[in-house]
Amino acid sequence: MTAETATAEPTGPSRSAIDTTLRAILRDVLALEESQVEAFDADTGLFGHLPELDSMAVAGLFTEMEDRLDIVIDDDDVDGEMLETYGGLLAFAEAKTVES
Amino acid sequence: MPSGATADEMLLAFDRKREHRLLVLMPLFDEASKMRRQVVETMRILDQSGVDCFCPDLPGCNESLAPHSEQTLSGWRDAAARAAAHVEATHVLGVRSGCLAAPAELHGWTYEPVKPRSVLSRLARAEQISAREANETVTAKQLMAEGYEKGVTLAGWSFGPDLVNELATSELASSPHRLPITQEEVGGSPLWLRAEPAFDPAQAKALAVIIVERLELP
Repeated sequence: MTAETATAEPTGPSRSAIDTTLRAILRDVLALEESQVEAFDADTGLFGHLPELDSMAVAGLFTEMEDRLDIVIDDDDVDGEMLETYGGLLAFAEAKTVES
Repeated sequence: MPSGATADEMLLAFDRKREHRLLVLMPLFDEASKMRRQVVETMRILDQSGVDCFCPDLPGCNESLAPHSEQTLSGWRDAAARAAAHVEATHVLGVRSGCLAAPAELHGWTYEPVKPRSVLSRLARAEQISAREANETVTAKQLMAEGYEKGVTLAGWSFGPDLVNELATSELASSPHRLPITQEEVGGSPLWLRAEPAFDPAQAKALAVIIVERLELP
């Protein structure tokens, strides 16, 4: 191990804590491997694209988001767009965290 | 039963007349089917470790023919207490919302207990999302209001108004007789969150080991 390695810059921009938490929740709900959930990008389809992500699973997902991100999700927040893709869900979670 | 009469229900039992006799209370509603195999496999390991285990069907749940819409939390508590007396349980293990039915005086453990209100709000939210899929608009608030007044069906489970009111107003009773078991202690990701029922042998083993250790079995 060289000093150079120890001080090397991270290879990419560090992910936000919200992103990390959200991926962990999706991993738990969808029973995916770490690597699969790591591969999610902003366009990865969620509700309506993954058959296992039914209404009950989404409800569980929201409850976990509230618990782990310390946010409150209102009735009015639940719309199709934010559930459609990973990017949509992440943007929603980030906006909610700023609010709270 | 609400009328005060009693009825027979099924009981899954590993009974070898041993000293430690554990009453196991499954989670209620959707989590019951998600967790059933995991809980039964945990009971199997406990049996092999010297603990008798009993898991009753609460009225309206699993194989019970009693109408779900007529059930109440107090009725389930009563049924669990009767089951505990019937099998001469020495301890109780409540799993998630199953903790809500645990007989007050029985010693034991609560595995990741859930607040009664959040059980209800999660089911109302699922109902709201599935209505939206069908292009209908209903809010969780409207569903709850309907539930309080005349009962409501949430995600396939019919709730009478009494059960809605009990779940909305009761707190998770802490008992000096019962100690929590956390998912962190068990390890792995929570199986009740999974979209599909799952089984994790490592978690079943870990949960059984925690109970065996706390019973101070050799």
